[in-house]
Amino acid sequence: MSGYLLSRSIQTVLTLFVMSVLVFVGLYLVGNPVDVLLSPTATPTERLQVIQSFGLDKPVWEQYWLFLTRALSGDLGNSFVFNQPALTLILNRMPATLELAFVALVIGLVFGIPLGVYAGLKPKSLVSRSVMTFSILGFSLPTFWIGLVMVMLFSVKLGWLPSSGRGDTVSVFGVPISLFTLDGLSHLLLPALNLALFKISLIIRLTRAGVLETMQLDFVRFARAKGLPERRIVLVHVLKNTLIPLITVIGLELGSLIAFAVVTETIFAWPGMGKLIIDAIAVLDRPVILAYLMITVVMFSVINLLVDILYSVVDPRVRLEGNS
Amino acid sequence: MSQDTNAASSVHAGNGQAHRSRSPFRQTISALLNDRLALVGILLVLVFILAAVFAPVIAPQNPYDLSQLDILDGRLPPGSASMNGMVYLLGTDDQGRDLLSAILYGLRTSILVGISSAAIALVIGASIGLVSAYAGGRLDSFLMRVVDIQLSFPAILIALIFLAILGQGVDKIILALIVTQWAYYARTIRGSALVERKRAYVDAARSMALPDRRILFRHILPNCLPPLIVVATMRVAYAIMLEATLSFLGIGLPVTEPSLGLLISNGFEYLLSGDYWISFFPGLVLLLLIVAINLIGDSLRDILNPRREG
Repeated sequence: MSGYLLSRSIQTVLTLFVMSVLVFVGLYLVGNPVDVLLSPTATPTERLQVIQSFGLDKPVWEQYWLFLTRALSGDLGNSFVFNQPALTLILNRMPATLELAFVALVIGLVFGIPLGVYAGLKPKSLVSRSVMTFSILGFSLPTFWIGLVMVMLFSVKLGWLPSSGRGDTVSVFGVPISLFTLDGLSHLLLPALNLALFKISLIIRLTRAGVLETMQLDFVRFARAKGLPERRIVLVHVLKNTLIPLITVIGLELGSLIAFAVVTETIFAWPGMGKLIIDAIAVLDRPVILAYLMITVVMFSVINLLVDILYSVVDPRVRLEGNS
Repeated sequence: MSQDTNAASSVHAGNGQAHRSRSPFRQTISALLNDRLALVGILLVLVFILAAVFAPVIAPQNPYDLSQLDILDGRLPPGSASMNGMVYLLGTDDQGRDLLSAILYGLRTSILVGISSAAIALVIGASIGLVSAYAGGRLDSFLMRVVDIQLSFPAILIALIFLAILGQGVDKIILALIVTQWAYYARTIRGSALVERKRAYVDAARSMALPDRRILFRHILPNCLPPLIVVATMRVAYAIMLEATLSFLGIGLPVTEPSLGLLISNGFEYLLSGDYWISFFPGLVLLLLIVAINLIGDSLRDILNPRREG
């Protein structure tokens, strides 16, 4: 186990290193941030001053070395635009994104699993078939377009729910949460539903496939022969076996929810880190782009690690090794 | 397919099945045509492709020739007529551009980006996957580790970072989509190639001292195609969706080469004031295109997956 953790940590550090080099060099080759930083009317002297103050006159490897040593001490550089530490900027925005992603995941599970189980138990019924058609639609509907339609319908036409912002938040241990106020909830509902739609479809399909497969196994027949009520067979035995592969997917999907939050946050003006990165890309705010990347790599690696560990807990047949 | 490949694959199908009257390809097609939903998908895709190819001929105006635009016709609702007698069936955008024409041209870009990126990613990914499976050992575990790591990051994130570096443009977005997608193909084909590698026909080919490259691409590859085709179909749809999403976010295509995603993005700001059509109709076309491709993919998966039968 400890060997496994070690090899995974090494892998994460390597990934971080490779990604940071690629992006750093890439960004270095592409744009000159000086044009972003300066007003068009700046004099050559001002220009030189800015270049020197950001260390942009040094060769790329020296700049990278500077970035790396600072990063190791927790300083990912100051945002060119906000003139604040990039790390602080992102960490301030992170709770909003995590809240959105988490609520979307819960919505996905609450709707996805029951519908999937039903569709797996009665694959030929009319309800199941409509559920499956819905899931193809959910797969195909681009998130951003559904978001627009939601805004159009629920905010513009019906005026039921607000179309942008986060609403009132309550501070829990210093972290603002919108889940606990009515206003916050009303702001959260549309974006979370928008983000969840794709996941609902995915979870429906996975659960259905799992149930279909498990129902044909011998132990189900045995449980029936033993006279167990069908309810118990499905809810305990079949569901348990179906959940195992679901855990992996859910872990990965949490990551993709955080990434896809970029889209939803843009539509609903949700003040999360996705909105921040899009704005940063638009103005080539290097430190923010790099910091976002570093943070997401770490976040995803941690999620993946947790999923793997959870997986081995749920399914004792799985053993953790350096090579998956 | 060259004749050589045909001959080779029918030999591989081997074991007395070589004299089948219909090729697997034809069987698949006829099964597809028998599936009603898939048929709807195929027809829709055909219509969209034709519309895209012939966009310059059928579009009422060239939406990017500024001299044809009349700013006074800006944001007209669907069905309104212009001063010069032209009827805007789907309305106009903020610059007085006929939305129908803009959609036809946008469709061109979307389909071009989707198909070309998926095709190139397929060639690259399939080659890497094949080599990985055939070589085995260290190369295999290294390549698969790279694939694993890449697949643990959502495609949109990788595309985002690439576009942040590369900037906007059709070629750049195609490149970004290839980078995000090759790993799916590599993993899919490696899986089936590992199975195929142990089959008797590969041993036979080896014992005839055929060169590795020939065994790989002429013998193993054709037998790995079915799952690859399914993945490719779904991936084309995904690529189109991803491109639209990126363009919507303003980091995909430049305004000079608008795809459906960019059209939707353009209409976004007018949506809140009630001018729904600028975003809605391009979105509807995008949706139909993706649904149609996915319907075909879904049906293909059922047809080509032997376990699903019965």
